[in-house]
Amino acid sequence: MSVAEVPVARAVVRGASRGARVREIIFPASLMLCIAFAMLTLVVLLLDVAVDGLPVLSWNFLTSFPSQVFPERSGIQSALVGTLLLMVVCAVFIVPVGTASAIYLEEYADGNRWWNRLIEVNIQNLAAVPSIVYGILGLAFLVRGPLELGRVVLAGALTLGLLVLPVVIIVGREAIRAVPNSIREGSMALGATLWQTIWKQILPGALPGIATGIILALSRAIGETAPLIVVGAAAFARFNPNDLTSDPFSALPIQILAWIQDPQEEFRTLAAGAILVLLILLLFMNAGAIYLRNRYEQKW
Amino acid sequence: MKPKTWLFLGLAGALALVGAACGGGAGGGGGGDLSGTIQVDGSSTVQPFAQAAAELFQEENPGVRITVGGAGTGDGFERFCRGETEISDASRPIEAEEKDACKKENVQPREVQVANDGIAVVTSKQLQVDCVTTDQLKDLFGPDADAKTLKDVDPKFPATPATLFAPGEESGTFDFFTEEINGEEGAQRTEGVQTSADDNQLVTGVSGSPGGIGYFGFSFFEQNQDKLNVVGVDGGEGCVKPSSETIQNESYKPLSRPIFMYPSEKALQRPEVKEFMNFTIDNAPRIAEASKIVPLTGEQVSESQSSLKGS
Repeated sequence: MSVAEVPVARAVVRGASRGARVREIIFPASLMLCIAFAMLTLVVLLLDVAVDGLPVLSWNFLTSFPSQVFPERSGIQSALVGTLLLMVVCAVFIVPVGTASAIYLEEYADGNRWWNRLIEVNIQNLAAVPSIVYGILGLAFLVRGPLELGRVVLAGALTLGLLVLPVVIIVGREAIRAVPNSIREGSMALGATLWQTIWKQILPGALPGIATGIILALSRAIGETAPLIVVGAAAFARFNPNDLTSDPFSALPIQILAWIQDPQEEFRTLAAGAILVLLILLLFMNAGAIYLRNRYEQKW
Repeated sequence: MKPKTWLFLGLAGALALVGAACGGGAGGGGGGDLSGTIQVDGSSTVQPFAQAAAELFQEENPGVRITVGGAGTGDGFERFCRGETEISDASRPIEAEEKDACKKENVQPREVQVANDGIAVVTSKQLQVDCVTTDQLKDLFGPDADAKTLKDVDPKFPATPATLFAPGEESGTFDFFTEEINGEEGAQRTEGVQTSADDNQLVTGVSGSPGGIGYFGFSFFEQNQDKLNVVGVDGGEGCVKPSSETIQNESYKPLSRPIFMYPSEKALQRPEVKEFMNFTIDNAPRIAEASKIVPLTGEQVSESQSSLKGS
């Protein structure tokens, strides 16, 4: 269809008035201007951080603990380990729950039933809820309240998990929907049960899409600051958490915030270094997601 | 089946990471006999001090694990009274309501002064103002103030349009300034004042605006002396500029204040908390110097030592 539309559009331009032709040029030009503006802001920001932060980056910076007394010996070990732990625990939570929810909604749920539609609408809405609200939820139900986990890694990771779960479910559903019906029907026709069809045919086909969604969700999770502040991640810790359910923890965004707010100039340079580390981590994760998508994407 | 292999590989890698991280943490022991975890939270003004104290203490007692947060004085007490933290940092004394909330949870705070702090009133370099009275400050920042330039406050001052900067409402500095200058905690003009929770932004704002005038913690002025013009404050007994000395002896009135750490009585029963607090007070001047905060005087140190021993 789109192939046919293009020549028609060109024909209209050829026959159009001068004013219309000028507008035809102005419109894409203004679009380009918008992109240029967005990119320029990004480049300026990145350069600014890189100029401040690059001199700080070293192996020592990654492996030392933060220091108030000797800023020059300060590092981000506890924050980096905290962030990695959060990511892993969060993944352990969202991978099964998110995938299972997506399978249920796509393969089992009857979309005509009101409760299934209610769940669908709610998941869409939850994806747009501000992260601080999840932080308050985590504080009230996980750190305090019914679960009383305390200010520990597990509470932080579950809060971040709840925050990104809607995205995982939505992306997962799309990946499952992209598996053509002929595969389902073929499998069932050969006598496979619905469970066998899902496990042997649909899931393997949808896996690259689901994995991409999970990685993108995780990279959003580790960049979040507000929910971690509310849940009570520490700004300063000279040790790594040994135990997910009893030790307090720190995380990169919290460390960055604490350093930015310190009166001493040296700490802002350290903050720039920590920002770079977080950026590089995110870049690798997103690159991984893109690689997965391109490498394993199924052409049906 | 290739994607599935990948998933397993990924999971295995993730588990290995957890193992490595946990193993790495468990290695650091030895040294002092004390052990345990101490959570400190509260005022962001006290935060650098508490961090330096934690760092120096842990050098001698590597078995003790201390975290420090900067949630703010009020939020700090909220967590403290629920028993979530052992020690609460505060840039003002605990309020009666907060004490009641603590009592309900059977948490008893012990007040220990750890350092001094002052609020500096500053202007941009272009705006050379030497001294203001507390009444003039109220005419600038008070809830009923409508001054557009400094000249509206005192004919001697320049007529440059004033740009006002102040810390956000969640800050103890804001509470203290409004209480002392405007006469009522939390009362400040809303129109024409730019607020920020990040004091470094206030520094940038004041120094970058020709008519910039604002107030924030003394250490933020001290670290940016070259960019700012500090204003003396006249509280009725002549004009005094903030400095370590005038803040320590409280001649810089009324904007000098003590800052505190509140351990709970229950936590003080634990040897590592008791030792940490003793260490902090015994070394308070050294810790204050390392964290660029106005230290306790010798007399104040012995006062804090006895309030730690007391009862």
